[in-house]
Amino acid sequence: MTATTDAPAAELGQSRLRKEDARLIVGQTNWTDNISLPGMLHMAFLRSPHAHAKITRADVSAALRVPGVIAAFSGADFADEQGSLPCAWPVTPDIVIPAHPPMATDEVRYVGEAVACVIARDRYIAADALNSIEIDYEPLEPVLDIRTALDEGSPKVHAAGNKSYEWVFANGDVDAAFRDAPIVLERNYRQQRLIPCAMEPRAVVASSVGGEITLWSSTQIPHVLRFALAAFFGIPEQNIRVIAPDVGGGFGSKLQVTAEEVLAVLVARRLGRPVKWTESRSEGNMTVHHGRDQWQRIRLAADSDGRIRGLSVDLLADMGAYLMLVTPGIPLLGAFMYPAIYKMDAYSFRCTGIFTTKMPTDAYRGAGRPEATFAIERIMDELAVELGVDPLEVRERNWIKHEEFPYTTVCGLTYDSGNYEAATAKARELFDYDGLRQEQERRRASGDPVQLGIGVSTFTEMCGLAPSRVLGSLAYGAGGWEHASIRMLPTGKVEVVTGSSAHGQGHETAWSQIVADQLGVPFDDIRVLHGDTQISHKGMDTYGSRSLTVGGMALVSACDKVIEKARVIAAGMIEASASDMEWTPGRFAVRGDPEKGVTIGEIALATFAAHSLPDGVEPSIDADATYDPDNFSFPHGTHLCATEVDTETGFVKIRSYVAVDDIGLAVNPLIVEGQVHGGLAQGIAQALYEEAVYDDAGNLVTTTLADYLVPSAADLPSYVTSRTESPAANRLGVKGVGEAGTIASTPAVVNSIVDALRPLGIRDITMPCTPERVWRAIEAARANGGAA
Amino acid sequence: MTQITVTVDGVSYVDQVEPRLLLVHYLREVVGKTGTPIGCDTSNCGACTVLMDGVSVKSCAVLAVQADGADITTIEGLANGGLHPLQQAFHEEHALQCGYCTPGMILAAADLLRDNPHPSNEEIRDGLEGNLCRCTGYENIVRAVRRAAEAGVAP
Repeated sequence: MTATTDAPAAELGQSRLRKEDARLIVGQTNWTDNISLPGMLHMAFLRSPHAHAKITRADVSAALRVPGVIAAFSGADFADEQGSLPCAWPVTPDIVIPAHPPMATDEVRYVGEAVACVIARDRYIAADALNSIEIDYEPLEPVLDIRTALDEGSPKVHAAGNKSYEWVFANGDVDAAFRDAPIVLERNYRQQRLIPCAMEPRAVVASSVGGEITLWSSTQIPHVLRFALAAFFGIPEQNIRVIAPDVGGGFGSKLQVTAEEVLAVLVARRLGRPVKWTESRSEGNMTVHHGRDQWQRIRLAADSDGRIRGLSVDLLADMGAYLMLVTPGIPLLGAFMYPAIYKMDAYSFRCTGIFTTKMPTDAYRGAGRPEATFAIERIMDELAVELGVDPLEVRERNWIKHEEFPYTTVCGLTYDSGNYEAATAKARELFDYDGLRQEQERRRASGDPVQLGIGVSTFTEMCGLAPSRVLGSLAYGAGGWEHASIRMLPTGKVEVVTGSSAHGQGHETAWSQIVADQLGVPFDDIRVLHGDTQISHKGMDTYGSRSLTVGGMALVSACDKVIEKARVIAAGMIEASASDMEWTPGRFAVRGDPEKGVTIGEIALATFAAHSLPDGVEPSIDADATYDPDNFSFPHGTHLCATEVDTETGFVKIRSYVAVDDIGLAVNPLIVEGQVHGGLAQGIAQALYEEAVYDDAGNLVTTTLADYLVPSAADLPSYVTSRTESPAANRLGVKGVGEAGTIASTPAVVNSIVDALRPLGIRDITMPCTPERVWRAIEAARANGGAA
Repeated sequence: MTQITVTVDGVSYVDQVEPRLLLVHYLREVVGKTGTPIGCDTSNCGACTVLMDGVSVKSCAVLAVQADGADITTIEGLANGGLHPLQQAFHEEHALQCGYCTPGMILAAADLLRDNPHPSNEEIRDGLEGNLCRCTGYENIVRAVRRAAEAGVAP
């Protein structure tokens, strides 16, 4: 698998222990909430208790009389400068993008929307003083169900109505595919609303000194945030520095330009003193953007041998009350993934984005692809049942064969590599697929109250969003490139600057491994810098499993430039021709005379002194590179899940879970395995545990971690993970891995539960498959005499 | 204001505090022990776990005045120089990603191993039920605690 890499792989492929750990395991952390500046004030927000209401009066004056309160503001106080939070993905020309002031001024549209704030000497006083603010509301009807929100007579979230956009895609003759098809299946699936719940709540510190703004934020996107503050809030870009210090997880939830960030900056500027805001978990559950929330209708036409003729998907997607940074685009990231690994001639997709009086949705781990993968992998199981064949068999009849790569799908994507046969064969073996099927038969035959189910998910996904021109064709508001700098220090050590800002992914370790191999310098001699726009001036940040496939390749490009600059200086140092210089990682030597050479460290030192460089050569071998890939990255894999379902209690226990992922070459298998584990946990959590619930009045019921069930170690199984390697068509041979586990696992789990209960006549259970829901489905099926 | 005397990581502090001040805010904002983070407000996540007189507590669910006279150990004072076996094991098993839950997870695990020096995987999972991690899926945390147990964690 090293055929696609340029250098002998000394570091690549090694399970290096992480550099990041040194500070994290001893508490020497720099979370945003740890930051304390001289004179710093604390900000707290008063939030709407109504899902939908007009603000008829806002009076903060009583709060100002609370000792220790420095200032208090309502939305009206910032009406002239707070602007509107940006939506950077206007997916159709006629999309409705309502104004979204950071603090509401005349109408609130979800519970938790900020209406006023207090700035005080400490966080306790700020919280106390919120009680003194008086806001009068005139309640309006909430809009809570996207299935009825477009009905005539529905209350309106915005004056323009409840529809934001309709986006369609089609290729091939879908009508012909369905006409006279021997098998036509139609299913409706629910993607429940989820709360990302990164362990670190959001926190912001803003300071304004002489017009220069510094913003520390627990964000995934310091560079995008800086750009947004400049482009949408009128702050000169050169006067903004954004720092993402240690960031405690994101999962898409910190890929956002938030009201609190903007207001912290505006308040710090107005008061001339630094301010800090740290959210509570309950506040965060209400006001960190949510994920998923779609109703999916999927239709599949197949021949009698199970070959897919065509697929048609119709989505309703809940935008929530406003469009945030990439809200409308999230469902569309799934649009290209419903056909998944399967060959077909016709496909159509329609998504309607609908407003409700709930927290806006936006990116959450997987972002569009988990939804698509769930629907296609669920209906492939239904197809298998229809045909009376094994679910793996029906998939194999339809999937792209390994010799067919590169393969252009019905969506127009070109999958560069993959081997679904190899991943599936490996997963079957690790899982003991045949043995478990036999056990399942025995338990069915004996009427065991605890039934065994086997769930399959042969997924792929598209990540590393790029190239920029493709994103442009989708009306995405930014490019897909990433930036890197290599700074060669005079003592031969190396600083690597990456625009990809990490928050748990292990960039400091993996990036060191890549650069160590490229430049032939020791792993320990490399330091990776990120997450501060003053150090890393250029970047597109971290989301969508893009860091390695885009940011990692930017490192390789920058190293190429370092080496080419070093070649000229090396030639001068040993008085040879540059064209005669031969590079082996770490050293240039004269071709045919390997004794005559200089190391990269010696070359770096030579540029420091710069006493005898060749004429016209600048005294530096530092280099920058901005890399824009040719294509997306397409990881894939086969996940198999065995569940034991207690038909008397509805309790589901995952007995075994096997994940075989093909992410091309693994730079650091230890980190890769960790990404898969964590991804699995989040996908399993969607299948079994998590749901953001609003009541009939539009109040979020699941505001705490007591109500919103983020699973603990006791709730999750042990995983068996393995890999196959189909190198990607980039120089490192790498694909993304950050979201694969989440994308793959949800359908594997639900397929296994449905598989366990199919003899009862059950063919779907709405997520999360809680004991109550499973038990009710069983009872309903039994009441129907097994004809559900 | 109430006067309290608290030992934190081996150093004694005397402070005047509001009776409502949470121990975690006392540690972070009065004593300056920011190694202990806050992850929720309902004592579900366990990120703020510290040892109080050797027993794990969620420091968001303890008032500073309740810690009067107590001996508190945070992640910053767990090891006497170098790394505690649990810290070492978390590093070696890649049992952390973002690291936010790590201080609480390690201190909860320390208390678990004090109770049960040789837990099974199941006992580790049950013992850490009060500590949430969003990154690792727990697999490597279980491995790390087992590794530390095998290495023999001093009580």
